[in-house]
Amino acid sequence: MASISARRLAKELREIQSEGCPVGITLLEANDFSRWLFTIEVMGESLYQGEVYDLQFRFDAQYPISSPAVQFVVTGGKQSPIHPHVYSNGHICASILGNEWSPVLSVIAVCVTLQSMLASCKVRPTDNDRYVRNAPENPKKTLFHYDDDT
Amino acid sequence: MGSDYGYSEDDDDYYDDEEMIDGTQDEEEDTDEDIDMDGDDFKVSTKGKKKSYEVDYESLSQRSVEKLMQRDVEHICGIFGVESDTASLLLRYMKWNKEKLIEKYMDNAALVSVAAGVTVPEAPPPPLVRTQTISAPASTSRRPTTRGSKLLGLGSKSSKSSNPAPSTPRPPQRTSSKLADQAFVCQICFNDSPDMRTLALDCDHTYCTDCWWDYVVSKIRDESEHSIRCMAESCAMVAPDTFVRDLLLPEPGAPVGDKEKEELGPKMWSRLQELFVRHFVACNASLKFCPYPSCTNTVSCPTAASKSSLTTIVPTVSCGARGIGNGVQDMSRSQQFTLGLQGKEHKFCFGCPIESDHRPVVCNVAKMWLKKCRDDSETANWIKSNTKECSQCQSTIEKNGGCNHMTCKKCKHEFCWVCMGPWSEHGTAWYSCNRYDEKNGVDARDAQSKSRASLERYLHYYNRWANHEQSAKLSLDLYAKTEKKMEEMQITSALTWIEVQFMKKAVEEVDKCRMTLKWTYAMAYYLAKGNEKDLFEDNQRDLEKAVEDLSELLESPIEAENIPTLRQQVTNKTVYVQKRNEIVLEDTAQGFQDGRWRWNVSVDGFDDPEELG
Ligand SMILES: [Zn+2]
Ligand SMILES: [Zn+2]
Ligand SMILES: [Zn+2]
Ligand SMILES: [Zn+2]
Ligand SMILES: [Zn+2]
Ligand SMILES: [Zn+2]
Repeated sequence: MASISARRLAKELREIQSEGCPVGITLLEANDFSRWLFTIEVMGESLYQGEVYDLQFRFDAQYPISSPAVQFVVTGGKQSPIHPHVYSNGHICASILGNEWSPVLSVIAVCVTLQSMLASCKVRPTDNDRYVRNAPENPKKTLFHYDDDT
Repeated sequence: MGSDYGYSEDDDDYYDDEEMIDGTQDEEEDTDEDIDMDGDDFKVSTKGKKKSYEVDYESLSQRSVEKLMQRDVEHICGIFGVESDTASLLLRYMKWNKEKLIEKYMDNAALVSVAAGVTVPEAPPPPLVRTQTISAPASTSRRPTTRGSKLLGLGSKSSKSSNPAPSTPRPPQRTSSKLADQAFVCQICFNDSPDMRTLALDCDHTYCTDCWWDYVVSKIRDESEHSIRCMAESCAMVAPDTFVRDLLLPEPGAPVGDKEKEELGPKMWSRLQELFVRHFVACNASLKFCPYPSCTNTVSCPTAASKSSLTTIVPTVSCGARGIGNGVQDMSRSQQFTLGLQGKEHKFCFGCPIESDHRPVVCNVAKMWLKKCRDDSETANWIKSNTKECSQCQSTIEKNGGCNHMTCKKCKHEFCWVCMGPWSEHGTAWYSCNRYDEKNGVDARDAQSKSRASLERYLHYYNRWANHEQSAKLSLDLYAKTEKKMEEMQITSALTWIEVQFMKKAVEEVDKCRMTLKWTYAMAYYLAKGNEKDLFEDNQRDLEKAVEDLSELLESPIEAENIPTLRQQVTNKTVYVQKRNEIVLEDTAQGFQDGRWRWNVSVDGFDDPEELG
């Protein structure tokens, strides 16, 4: 019997392939059940118009009980969007990826949430440099403190 | 904004995670100040009056803390007329602040119950067929709602029936077949097998039992989370204790499927109990959880509960347990001793996490000092090296013991390792290795020489601070070798085991006093010039001299025939060292209580230093 994580991701992938992604989101790569890549673009009039970002998902065997590790890709000439909840190393401070993660949420739900989050103001977090200097490789290892200000 | 974060890898554990060697001593608490060695060599009576450098505290086992929690829960049950599951959730939500909970609950019980995850909000999310209506209580005499888990036994092969409840009565569990006609698919794992068992909280967000299991285990084991929310997105319901217990603890007689789960369940349940205790302790300023790994004891120290108390006392406490783990038992005795682990009590500072015992200096000053050392670590790094050059012949000298009296093997020059000055002067009264000669800095006019003077001043204190730590470690290493030698002598000579043990207590005493000395340098660095500081440094010097003497004696060569004399000398000096240490600790602590110490910088909680002209 396949693990819950594989079964669940297989189902999510089937749905993406049959129904397609929401507007502005495309699946770039999903060769296995450990790492998926999407591109994400903010639709409509926004400061991010025309900018496309790569979003990486990493799953462990506990997915979806445990949240996926989600970050923007900042290698290979890619950059993370300038946003008060996004660090220059690609890490994202969003409660939905931390204490408000629900196993009912899906990869697409996360993409859509982040897409709408981006449609707000365009500055780096005030503590960007300090954070990036000491940040762990996996953003899930950071215990972000979420104040809601969006 | 993500401006506040910590790293989960970065926990405070001092040692590997292992089981405790020793349990709790709930009542009994022994002070380690008493030397009671085999034979009557050491007789310093310290029992009786409390010393000014000690604080009153009590160590509590996990069980005792659970009783305290239980008392609060029962109190709330009585006032609100709710079951203990509900009372527990409410108290945890209100951070165990009973008064605040009572006030808020009296004001608006429904609001508090929803916020605590006890009841579903008035307008519930797209409803399934509800089996009961949620009614918020208008008065406190009514129970808000029926608490408890619902077991939807689809296919009902293994539905739970009557439970011989062990302690508390379990809430009624209803079996529903309302979904039986439509295929149920768990929205997490997408399992749709007809004999799947499912569970839901009062919000009716239903998922399969396996998903619930994985979720609860992940919360407890991986996230150390005691508050287990419903798995549905943005549902604020919290699983009551009985729900979690029914899930984790297999019922007697119930068909057991998974051996692994059967073992994991009880472990997770007891881990959860510990998390509850930790949360309760964290909510109470006069309680602290023992920081040693795998230890579940708590210390209660109301005198150190307020921040302001930390300017007058240094609350060094001990949880009552000793030892750090099973792994230790595999080590030889001398190995354990070298690591300082043998039967080591769980000593810690109730006021700060920086070091287990930083007496005589108060937390804030110790903290300032450590921060300074961290910031200046590069300039001061050279002290860590164990080699220096002889000031007379320049040959390289290696330090391999704790004693600071060095003799150059080549030219026989005797000098002090710390200040590099000739040792002959260290015995005389006018020479003080510990005191920084401020004169160097007085005539410094320009900024550059000023900053050099201030660095020199800092290095004076830092070197001595770091040296005592280093020396303590080196003497423990050396002792491990000595002990081995003495054990051999036991076999080759007529000495008894007891007769060769006298050095152990001496080494422990030296270690302890070096820790005191170490922190006196942090203190002296910040003490304002004047009479009080002079007296402090006199006491410091006397202790230091006594410690160096004993330390030197401990490194003298041991032969079977000189053991009786050595024993006598070591014993006398140990008693003296202990006395000097008492004086430093007593006087400094008394000074804090009297508000006698003045600083040369502003220190949190103290008056600012008077303007110096
Ligand atoms: Zn499931
Ligand atoms: Zn729910
Ligand atoms: Zn302990
Ligand atoms: Zn402290
Ligand atoms: Zn020499
Ligand atoms: Zn010296």
